[in-house]
Amino acid sequence: MNSLVLIAAETEPEQATGWGTYLPLIPHPSEVVVSLVFFAIVFWVMWKYVVPRLEAVYAERTAEIEGGIEKAAQAQAEAAAALDEYQAQLAEARAEAGRIREEARVQGTQIVAELREQAQNEAARIIASAEAQIAAERQQAVVQLRSDVGALATDLASRIVGESLQDSARQSRVIDRFLDELEQSDTATTSRIS
Amino acid sequence: MIQLAAGGGESYEAPTIAEFWQPLVGDGAFALTRSMVVFAVVAIVISVVLLSITSKLKVVPGKAQFLVEGTYGLVRNGLARDIIGAEKFKPFLPLLFALFTVILVNNLMGVTPFITFPTFSRIGYAIVLTAIVYFTYHGVWIARLGVIGWLKSFVPPGLPGWIVPFMWVLEFMTYVITRPLTLALRLFGNMFAGHFMLLIFTFGGEYLLFHASGFLPVTGALAYVFTLVMYGFEVVVQFLQAYVFVLLTCVYIAGAVADEH
Repeated sequence: MNSLVLIAAETEPEQATGWGTYLPLIPHPSEVVVSLVFFAIVFWVMWKYVVPRLEAVYAERTAEIEGGIEKAAQAQAEAAAALDEYQAQLAEARAEAGRIREEARVQGTQIVAELREQAQNEAARIIASAEAQIAAERQQAVVQLRSDVGALATDLASRIVGESLQDSARQSRVIDRFLDELEQSDTATTSRIS
Repeated sequence: MIQLAAGGGESYEAPTIAEFWQPLVGDGAFALTRSMVVFAVVAIVISVVLLSITSKLKVVPGKAQFLVEGTYGLVRNGLARDIIGAEKFKPFLPLLFALFTVILVNNLMGVTPFITFPTFSRIGYAIVLTAIVYFTYHGVWIARLGVIGWLKSFVPPGLPGWIVPFMWVLEFMTYVITRPLTLALRLFGNMFAGHFMLLIFTFGGEYLLFHASGFLPVTGALAYVFTLVMYGFEVVVQFLQAYVFVLLTCVYIAGAVADEH
């Protein structure tokens, strides 16, 4: 190293002021010390603060991205599940609607049948009551007629026969005989009607 | 010393290596030099800026954080993780990021107005950083295999017996002598030569412009245009040297932590 310095010094005799004339390949002592010290400072800052902080934010970002992907996948799965559920509900609703329609149809026919039966019953009842009423009225008419006919006949006969029928005994005999005859004819008529 | 006789009578003095010796206080082995001030200021600025930006990191980054994360990502993912391997790179990140930022910013000082001095054109700085890398990767290597294992691992297994001694000598020279030398000299040489080139262009341009006669001042103006072009090149070289230094550091560390050589 000394010989190098000497050569350098010899080639530049007019500038032999020390370090400026040495070969640039010779490290300057205090520059070496300064670079060691200040590089150590930078290294310490990097090691203690900068790199851990940057690594932390890297890790945080990675976690956030991975979390985001996971969340998206979860949301997608949820959406698929919701769709499945919706479709299942739709199918169920359709089946239910069909069932209700079928039921309504059956019920409708049943109601129609019931109503028809009711109407027939009602009609039968009305016919029966009408017949009974007719019979009763007829009976009433018969009774009315009998008394009217008796009075009418007596009245008529007394007019025809006059005095002779004043006698009560005779009168009642004649009436009875007349009624008997009338009864016989009446029975014949009734049997014919019924 | 190159001397050029010119019409103006003044002789041209080319820049010398003395331009790189710029003592501020004192003039000996323990002088305070300009490059020491630059290095110290750069180190403090890097520390303060990175501390302040990383003290309020957010998951969604702002502009400053984006820039820091981009630089950090270049070292972390682009170099360390890819070269050293995803399982082993993390302990080396502080060293690698410190190396990258310190070298890059110091190099860029070579084209920064009012400073225009690349610190690593003084070889001491390059030697210190190289020594740190050197002891780190050999330290890791020896810690993993022991001294005997470290010495044995220079030779790849499965070689014929007679070739082993030759291979061992060659590999030993590569790992122990060549690598640190080239690592330090590459950085120093690029910065030194780049700065020297700029000095020559500016000195020469200045001389041609103001002290030469005839049509020579035109070429002086041309020299200044070229200086600007060279500045552009220098920026690329300065970035590239920081990148290459960290890249090679990663390669050396990868060799030291890998299971097979």
